[in-house]
Amino acid sequence: MQEYPGLRRRGFLAAASGVGALALVGCGGGSDNDSGAGAGGGNNGKPRRGGRLRAAFAGGGASETLDPHLANLFADVARAKALFDKLADYGDDLSAQPRLASGWEPNAGLDRWKVTLRKADFHNGKPVTAEDVLFSYRRIADPEKAFRAKASLEPIDLKASRAVDERTVEFVLKRPTAEFPNVLAAFGAYIVPDGTSDADFDKKPVGSGPFRFVSFAPGRSAVFRRNDAYWDGAPHLDEVEFVVANEESARVNALLGGQVEYAHELNPTTARAHEGKGQIEIVRLRNSAMQAFAMKTDRAPFDDKRVREAFFLIADRQELIDGALSGAGVVGNDLFGKGYEYYADGLPQREQDLDRARSLLKKAGAEKLKVTLDTSAVAAGFTEAAGIFRDQAAKAGVTVDVKMGSKDSYWADILDSGTLCCYRSGAMPIESHISQRLLTDSTTNATKWHHKDFDALYQQAQSTKDEKDRAAVFGRMQRRLYAEGGFLVWGFADWIIGTGRTVKGVERKAPANTLDWARFDKVWLA
Amino acid sequence: MNGLGSWAARRLMLGGAQTVAVVVLVFALTEALPGDAAVALAGDQPDPARIAAIREALDLDRPAYERLADWATGLLHADFGTSLTSGRPVSSYISDAFGPTLLLAGLTVALLVPVGVGLGVLAARYEGRFVDRLVSSVTLGVYAVPEFAFGVLLVTVFALRLDWLPPTAVGYGTDLLGHPAALVLPVLVLLSRPVCSLSRLVRAGMVDALASPYVAQARRYGIPGARVRYAHALPNAMAPAAQQLARTVDWLLCGVIVVEALFVIPGLGTVLMNAVAERDVPVVQGLAVVFGVITVVLNLGADLVAHRFSPRAEVAA
Repeated sequence: MQEYPGLRRRGFLAAASGVGALALVGCGGGSDNDSGAGAGGGNNGKPRRGGRLRAAFAGGGASETLDPHLANLFADVARAKALFDKLADYGDDLSAQPRLASGWEPNAGLDRWKVTLRKADFHNGKPVTAEDVLFSYRRIADPEKAFRAKASLEPIDLKASRAVDERTVEFVLKRPTAEFPNVLAAFGAYIVPDGTSDADFDKKPVGSGPFRFVSFAPGRSAVFRRNDAYWDGAPHLDEVEFVVANEESARVNALLGGQVEYAHELNPTTARAHEGKGQIEIVRLRNSAMQAFAMKTDRAPFDDKRVREAFFLIADRQELIDGALSGAGVVGNDLFGKGYEYYADGLPQREQDLDRARSLLKKAGAEKLKVTLDTSAVAAGFTEAAGIFRDQAAKAGVTVDVKMGSKDSYWADILDSGTLCCYRSGAMPIESHISQRLLTDSTTNATKWHHKDFDALYQQAQSTKDEKDRAAVFGRMQRRLYAEGGFLVWGFADWIIGTGRTVKGVERKAPANTLDWARFDKVWLA
Repeated sequence: MNGLGSWAARRLMLGGAQTVAVVVLVFALTEALPGDAAVALAGDQPDPARIAAIREALDLDRPAYERLADWATGLLHADFGTSLTSGRPVSSYISDAFGPTLLLAGLTVALLVPVGVGLGVLAARYEGRFVDRLVSSVTLGVYAVPEFAFGVLLVTVFALRLDWLPPTAVGYGTDLLGHPAALVLPVLVLLSRPVCSLSRLVRAGMVDALASPYVAQARRYGIPGARVRYAHALPNAMAPAAQQLARTVDWLLCGVIVVEALFVIPGLGTVLMNAVAERDVPVVQGLAVVFGVITVVLNLGADLVAHRFSPRAEVAA
């Protein structure tokens, strides 16, 4: 029996110690063109059926489970994705795409959503019904447990929600939520059959996903076989095996030695060493990890927006990318979600301007400013970024004192204490980023961004039915953050994946955390 | 012989006390680490309400001494408790992971003794000559290379360049004996440093013993050289070597952690690394007991061997 909520240490986004270091730009020169255009000829050709693909991920060791609601690590999500489905999932631009839900329709007030299910069956032959959906969501929202998707499902009033018929669910929400489909796509919001007990997941998990369960040894290997009856078309592969190798060097070696065909999360240096050599293929997923410094806007010196702007101007973003991300990555513009739906891409790119930074500091009476920058080895590139920024700040007359914190409690430590810290985040919709981190009552508001009018704008966006109007509201919010927010977003790191030369159909544009990332039902072995 | 029996019993009791002390120390140190399992589990979603919920679900809100007492009571019934992160019994973690580690350590020790002793004897026999200088400088050189670097080097040369051996044991799980080729490189890495220290120790002991009056006396009686070396000199050289060997095993456990990570072998080292990172205290405690008992038993064995080979030298204990 699963007595505890088995949330595991490295959070989903923190899962990869290599993350921060991943990135690209430069080297690839236009390698973000269409899938298939990458080095070595990529994905063209007719899919071939058959074969077993072995994929190596960093994992959680002996405490791994197949419970999709506990999915917390990349390996967990990849396995959950193979066995289970969500109602919706994130497209390449982080907008919600229908999956098990064939469509959704809100009422005029945006607080009641009718979700219709497509015709799909679980691996045991039973159809996926509205009751299964409600059961799954109630399990996630269980107040006794701490499943990761619980917070995302918070807008739903599950007591009032009901099954209209076999394939229609009516969700009653606590407040208008125009971006409700994002909730359906939330991390870990997988649909399991009604009545599934905790013990079932380890022994014989039943989902509606593209692969059926064959075997599972926690921390070692999981083997799944093709589900011929999959609603989205049967996978090309006969079998997929997930193996766990926590060391990056072990994953690379296994890939080079032909022991696996897919290695998740490689370092930029590894990628550079093997890119274009023909031995393995390197796939870089852009815009996967936002890299930032977080300033606490409620305390000195960052309670003065001129100081925040000065800091925006101190950063030489390309230098940070070259140094902290090994030369690979794209520069950020102090906003989360480059390339995602609603991203304000019309704002001018922020450049280093030390003179203006100095004069702003002078105006704010903060000359000879001294600040402590909290960092930790919790993500690759963090300590390097801190060191580089210290040197950049020195040129503007600001003394940055870099303080190393504990790796395991870093994220909890920086939440309320300190004034400036290294920060990063995986991909999520811009709306989720705002609701989780930038509202007065957000639970992980690391920049202490508390503005009633900003909260009101968010509510306005959520009650705006017209998409264009909603985009305009999100645009206003982002302009505000760009001008005086607390996140100095200096870059976006890319996720690097290595595959064997025979592996085809690996999506090259999907940021980590989206539907097409770590997805094996569309992959084939040539 | 009765004296030896009570001496062994005293040693065992001392060992038991040491094991308890190790466990309490591990518990105290884990408690003193910043953050607890709940914080570590929450990762980069440190929502305070969620941390509180996890803490409550894991019983971490109870005082430390109560948790330690509960755990110690369970231990008396051979119950190692359950993992904080998965809820599975700790004993299953240990029993699953014990096989691969034992296999690695066993193979290493089985090869370590003949190779280490052989090289030591060889070097001592040709003291000061080319063979001795070769063995001494090679062992010193290899000893200076950290396991991780040595492992990467071996993998690059023998697995990736020459393609003779598999680079990792990924996907083989605990069935390592079914894939013996995957064991070659890990065992070589594990052997590398202990072989060096052991052979140097044996060489030194042998050189001393061969120069001793009783060996000279044996030679004067016309006993053949090989017999002098192996029956007279070697046992004296073995006493310190046996104790070193026991100490090597502690050290071997550290080496195993590196090797397991590098070659993806799901043994105790891997479990320990994950458990520490997750603040999975019951698992760490369970492993501390296992490691403590192993160390105590091995040291006892080593002292017995030393006692047997060289009774007069036995003063410690």
